[in-house]
Amino acid sequence: MNWASWLLWGFLATIVLTTISAGTEGIGLTRMNFPYILGTLFTPNRDRAKFYGFWMHVAVGLVFSLIYVWIFQSLGAAGWWRGIIIGVCHATFVLVVVMSLLPGLHPRMASEQHGPEAQNMLEPPGFLALHYGIQTPLAILLSHVAFGAILGAFYHLA
Amino acid sequence: MLSNKVVAAKIHDYAVIGDCRTTALISRYGSVDWLCWPRFDSTAIFAAILDPEKGGHWLISPGSPFRAERRYLPDSNVLETHFLCGSGEATLIDLMPVAPEEYKRTEMIPDHELTRHLICTKGEIEIAVEFQPRVDYGRSAVRLHDHKKIGVRFESGRGVYWLRCNRPLQLQDDCVRASIVLKQGETLEFSLSYAEESPAVLPALGQQLSNAIERSVKWWRQWAARSNYKGPYKEMVTRSALALKLLTYSPSGAVAAAATTSLPERIGDSLNWDYRYCWLRDASLTIRTMLGLGYMDEAEAFLTWLLHATRLTQPELRVMYDVFGRIAPHERELDYLNGYFGSRPVRVGNGARHQLQLDIYGEVIDATAQYAQVHGAFDRTTQKVLIKLGKYVATHWDLPDEGIWEPRGGRENHTHSRILCWTALDRLLALCDKGELGGAPREEFLRERERIKQQIQVRAWNPELESYVSTLDGEHMDATLLRIPWYGFEKADSKRMKLTYSRVYQELGAKNGLLYRYKRQQAEGAFGICGFWAVEYLALGGGTLSEAHDLFERLLSYSNDLGLFSEEIDAESGDALGNFPQAFTHVGLISAALTLEEKERGESHPAEETGSDVKIVEARA
Repeated sequence: MNWASWLLWGFLATIVLTTISAGTEGIGLTRMNFPYILGTLFTPNRDRAKFYGFWMHVAVGLVFSLIYVWIFQSLGAAGWWRGIIIGVCHATFVLVVVMSLLPGLHPRMASEQHGPEAQNMLEPPGFLALHYGIQTPLAILLSHVAFGAILGAFYHLA
Repeated sequence: MLSNKVVAAKIHDYAVIGDCRTTALISRYGSVDWLCWPRFDSTAIFAAILDPEKGGHWLISPGSPFRAERRYLPDSNVLETHFLCGSGEATLIDLMPVAPEEYKRTEMIPDHELTRHLICTKGEIEIAVEFQPRVDYGRSAVRLHDHKKIGVRFESGRGVYWLRCNRPLQLQDDCVRASIVLKQGETLEFSLSYAEESPAVLPALGQQLSNAIERSVKWWRQWAARSNYKGPYKEMVTRSALALKLLTYSPSGAVAAAATTSLPERIGDSLNWDYRYCWLRDASLTIRTMLGLGYMDEAEAFLTWLLHATRLTQPELRVMYDVFGRIAPHERELDYLNGYFGSRPVRVGNGARHQLQLDIYGEVIDATAQYAQVHGAFDRTTQKVLIKLGKYVATHWDLPDEGIWEPRGGRENHTHSRILCWTALDRLLALCDKGELGGAPREEFLRERERIKQQIQVRAWNPELESYVSTLDGEHMDATLLRIPWYGFEKADSKRMKLTYSRVYQELGAKNGLLYRYKRQQAEGAFGICGFWAVEYLALGGGTLSEAHDLFERLLSYSNDLGLFSEEIDAESGDALGNFPQAFTHVGLISAALTLEEKERGESHPAEETGSDVKIVEARA
């Protein structure tokens, strides 16, 4: 394992992923702000949640990039297209599995069975996170494909 | 005496039950004629209200002629119908069970459930049951599977439905029919559940069903008891609050405009629209009622939904969204349904979703300002949203729009839209002055607010008619003109407003204090909320408090026997018209009751607190 290369490109790929996520939110492709979802695990304050969530997102990105790098090492080769394939799998996992588990894991997120109690909670993402906009799957796919492509293209095998 | 044959019930014959995710309508004949699962805007499995033959229904009522008396169990959304016939009497309890979140974490309960519990209270009674669900608003029959003691199962859309009963059920083709004789003390229990995940949790009967009823009644009573309202109309205000709560979608905080689609504004005509979405227009009054009654959690959840669920289209706002802030779906017609008493077409989705209605910016911003008055400062993200909306208003207020009544015939320069654009900038300026809106272009907002004010005072006033008018340089009346003092643009006791009030009633007044919203070539019903606007106008100083109370009490008499209102009222027959129950009418009722109470106590109206220069705007008649 090339630790220095992982740390550098894992960090940069996460920054690009976060930037694309913020960009797709900014141009109205999706309402989803994953750092905000992560940050509200710790605080209900919107501004602080985004700040905490950003750093959590970086940490989570580094952990996931470790898995990418591990796969590259196992295959004995990296490359941008291998990264894209893993990115597509990663995005699919996030959309199909993580999103459906979130309401059960997140203390400030309502489930679709929530009610009739009214609390100010995060709305549930729904299948493929479609409740946050019908183009949300596309936004998540884009950011993860970029994440995988960067790691695949620039990571140097040990 | 009534008969249990499939009867086309009228709108006011219905009661509503729900669980703050969806609702069902149940007629006084004991028939569930409207049910959409899992959400308000999902497809209906019972839609007999729109076509008694094809729509699907679930009837439980005496097999011989009977009389029905009904009520909600006090301060709850649990319906009790008492059937009286020659041989005996029975009581039917209908509800969608609800429970605290804490309870749900420890017990397995169905995701969605409707229970019906009938007990023979006197003598002997033959009960007829007919359970006939349909796919997609009656498009086709369902395939029922008999699982004997477990119950009857069918699938439709993405989910599975289970019908369970404490007695054996017989399938007949595509429905369950039964005729069961009950003696005093005997019960007939049903539970219908819906789940999108398998295995579904099967609903319980027997003691557990009784516990669910008890738990639900307790939950609703505790919720109702949180109301601050102590005035003389407590019963009607509580019922309206409970109806409004039923139209709230708890997982997101959104409030649907009504529970139904295509109940007509004119019988036999085509003014049939889908109201199961969330109209931003209702925002200001909805927040006003939630805050006024002390339901802070609901107000906060609704405001968060208003400002953040709508982000994909901001700074532009759409007229309506679904409960998750997505644009309402395309409008389509269901040709196979005959409609309510032949009122075709039946529509789902809403074609007004892309209209330009500039009043909604004022509604949303005024709602925010009211909330800020109670809650205090906003976070930076929310401030940025408000500033973006303000900038949009400052650059677009002079455009013609479709206006509050969303006609489909084109755009005009509506006075009401201008008033709400003025309100939007006025409230933002007030927030700026309180230091709660950092970075707002104050000078631009101030300049544009003054331009709007001048335009309204010059061009919305018709000197020949001596009245404000519906459109700039126009000559027609509109009930929204009575709202001018509510937003603080002009005092209710100004000469101009008094003349406008007289003119509005002269042109739009219907029987007994009811008001039409505007003049139409073909008459439609009197518009429910407009009467309550008139009450508030009188209470705010346009008349005396005694006049306001008198009008309010006359309007209350137009609710159905359960205290529920639809969108409109037939001024001649008193029948309900339009979608039902209607949040807009109920928030109008609560707001009027709150204003009356505030004025009785000598308190100021919210607009006097949230506006920036309300006190210096004087009538210039």
